[in-house]
Amino acid sequence: MPFHTHRLANGLQIIAETIPSARSMSLGFFVRTGSRDETAEVSGVSHFLEHMVFKGTPRRSALDVNRDFDRIGAHYNAFTSEENTVFYAAILPEYMAQAVDILADILRPSLRGEDFDVEKNVIIEEIGMYEDQPMWSAYDNAKRVYFADHPLGNSILGTVASIKALTPEQMRAYFERRYVAPNVTVVGAGNFDWDGLVSLIEKHCGGWIAGPVGRQGIREAPGSGRFEVMAKPKVTQEHVLLISPGPAADSPLRHAADTLALALGDDSGSRLYWALVDPGFAESADASFHDYEGTGSFYTSFSCDPEQTEENLAIVSDVLAGVQEEGITDEELNQAKSKILSRVVRSSERSMGRMQAIGMSWTYLGKYRSVDEELAAFDAVTLGKVREVLDRYPLTQTTTFALGPLEKVARK
Amino acid sequence: MPQEVYQHTFDNGLTLLAERMEHVRSAALNFLVPAGCAYDPEPHRSIASVLSDLITRGAGNRDSRELSLALDNLGMDRDESVGTLHTRFWGATLARNLPAALDIYADIIRRPHLPEEEIDAVKALALQDLQGLEDEPRHKVMIELRRLHYPPPLGQDRRGTEEGIASLTADVVRKHYRRLFTPRGTIVSVAGNIEWAALRDQIGRLFGDWTAPEPPTLTLGQTTTHRAHLEKETTQTQIGIAYPSVPITHPDYYAAIGAVNVLSGGMSARLFTEVREKRGLCYAVSASYSGFKERASVICYAGTTNERAQETLDVTLGELMRLQDGIEPEEVERVQAGLKSSLIMQEESTSSRAGTLASDWYYLGRVRSFDEIKSAIDGLTPGGITEHLRRYPAKGFTIVTLGPKALQTDE
Repeated sequence: MPFHTHRLANGLQIIAETIPSARSMSLGFFVRTGSRDETAEVSGVSHFLEHMVFKGTPRRSALDVNRDFDRIGAHYNAFTSEENTVFYAAILPEYMAQAVDILADILRPSLRGEDFDVEKNVIIEEIGMYEDQPMWSAYDNAKRVYFADHPLGNSILGTVASIKALTPEQMRAYFERRYVAPNVTVVGAGNFDWDGLVSLIEKHCGGWIAGPVGRQGIREAPGSGRFEVMAKPKVTQEHVLLISPGPAADSPLRHAADTLALALGDDSGSRLYWALVDPGFAESADASFHDYEGTGSFYTSFSCDPEQTEENLAIVSDVLAGVQEEGITDEELNQAKSKILSRVVRSSERSMGRMQAIGMSWTYLGKYRSVDEELAAFDAVTLGKVREVLDRYPLTQTTTFALGPLEKVARK
Repeated sequence: MPQEVYQHTFDNGLTLLAERMEHVRSAALNFLVPAGCAYDPEPHRSIASVLSDLITRGAGNRDSRELSLALDNLGMDRDESVGTLHTRFWGATLARNLPAALDIYADIIRRPHLPEEEIDAVKALALQDLQGLEDEPRHKVMIELRRLHYPPPLGQDRRGTEEGIASLTADVVRKHYRRLFTPRGTIVSVAGNIEWAALRDQIGRLFGDWTAPEPPTLTLGQTTTHRAHLEKETTQTQIGIAYPSVPITHPDYYAAIGAVNVLSGGMSARLFTEVREKRGLCYAVSASYSGFKERASVICYAGTTNERAQETLDVTLGELMRLQDGIEPEEVERVQAGLKSSLIMQEESTSSRAGTLASDWYYLGRVRSFDEIKSAIDGLTPGGITEHLRRYPAKGFTIVTLGPKALQTDE
């Protein structure tokens, strides 16, 4: 598929993959900022700001923003992670001009005081919603314990206290520093005219202010190695996470790490599946690899009847030690590759899937990868590469966190 | 581009549906077997769920591991799930792997081992699944809502009961399989880059000689109460509301869909605007249409901190009842844009097309064309929707809440 790229004079980057057979197009504004770029005083500001972006501009009230998106039948939303805040819409190609008009406009929000106060409540509701979901809560806490003083341990949502204390002025200062033109990449994928997109972005974003971009504290995180239990008597099951280090997003070992995680903990046919789920010891068990700027990590998790926690933890430790020692088998490698091939192809059939893939690739690698290049990179993973991952990032170097009714969990 | 949709019903009652999508490399398959949890006999509640797990643990000449490996090697992402009326087998992979996958699914559906030695593990998982619900308050409230709202056994949940799970043996599960798994009423749908003639021949070869007894029929009971509060020390109060709507075969169907979308079709829709955007009462609030063949409902959800729960419920109910007072042309235009764009975007997903083929066939006995749906959407008007709402106003609410304190739920 044709790939295109263009940088505006103010530093804003535009990239796109045009796909003539697509029925739709997707547009994303990737802002390279997230919870790791926050100080403790403004914890949660990136995510809160993501909400405020939808609350209006000098040209649009909050209701206008939602109405204008709905008028063109857009499927739109936004998300905030540790490192990125992404605003996106999937639309029918005939509405490209309107979609750019809305997205570009809202990325320069008014941040009005009265909207700020109403939205504060919504954020607090969102924090409350996650508090009632123990697995999510376990994940957030486990990350905090693992990363310790590393900025990737910052909470994305913040706390009720940090959100309550936040002022519009603090948010505005953060916005002015982080939403400068060179920190934004506009990503398009689907069936549309590239020159048309460039001129629309030029028209709407050409006047955005440039400014310095950057990120503090890019370094590896080996993990604290701690073992913590958080007792929550009202929770029914015990939710356990083990985190170990992994390669960074721009590492050549990334594909091998993904493949290893799939062989270890995919929801069907993986080591953890056979060790925990198939025999009925834990209702779910999962391993995944997350890559970040400067570091990465493997997350292994399971939920089970509290009484079985210690036994299951011993089983998981054995599985991790076994893979660390022996690696995975040729059969497991091929099985994982077959799954990845199918998932990459299927996700690429939607313009939204392609938009996210090329946006992330550009954000982390500074380059474009076609579907075929991505598939070839996975195909090139060998047992030797998996061994290299294991040698450099031992799966057994774990930080453990358990949340549930148990007061304590014995380490074996 | 014209749609290429095919259909064939075999002599034994099994229906095959397919859509050829030349612009993709993948294919998705979908088996709907009329063996949902509403058919779970007393005292064996959860049996359909347990069967759906046990059934992939060995079939044909493969044991559990060999079967799993064979599907993984074909890159099949898959899921077996139990709904009220059907057990669904879903899978998707590259189109070139589809024929080999269908061979394996024929084994799973017709020749499962249902091994004795695996039953305890499967029961343990079913029990954890049931108990795990306590850590998912949103799910829990919606399950209770359906249970109270629909006449039994239509509101029954697949997770069943602890006693139901305990009562199961491999023999009981096998008997249930033999009684419920039958070609009559089974729908196989496939969408993606496929060849129809070859597909029809293969399904004929794999399932044409399948015979089994007639599927059982359901006898519906009476609903009893329409209010419940589940007491739990949570940060948020969960609110579920349900009320009757018209089924898909009803002439008012599209007006009903239009009405639900005015309430909850996008972020500018009524519920999101009034409950979240204007008042900041919650993070999540929504309404959706949910149907059986003969009856359908609008199902609403809101989750909010305990102090604001009463106001959230009152505002939400107010919006549901206020809808029949009038709808702006602008609102209908937005609903039309949203529905049409979803319709077109479906064409980028083999999974959603396979799912839609099967559900259209189940509900209507035919597959609706894009043009038919598009013209029905174009036909929506504010007057048409409000007339429908006056014939079928929002009333007869079932309301279930979960949280530390019960709410005032009089209508």
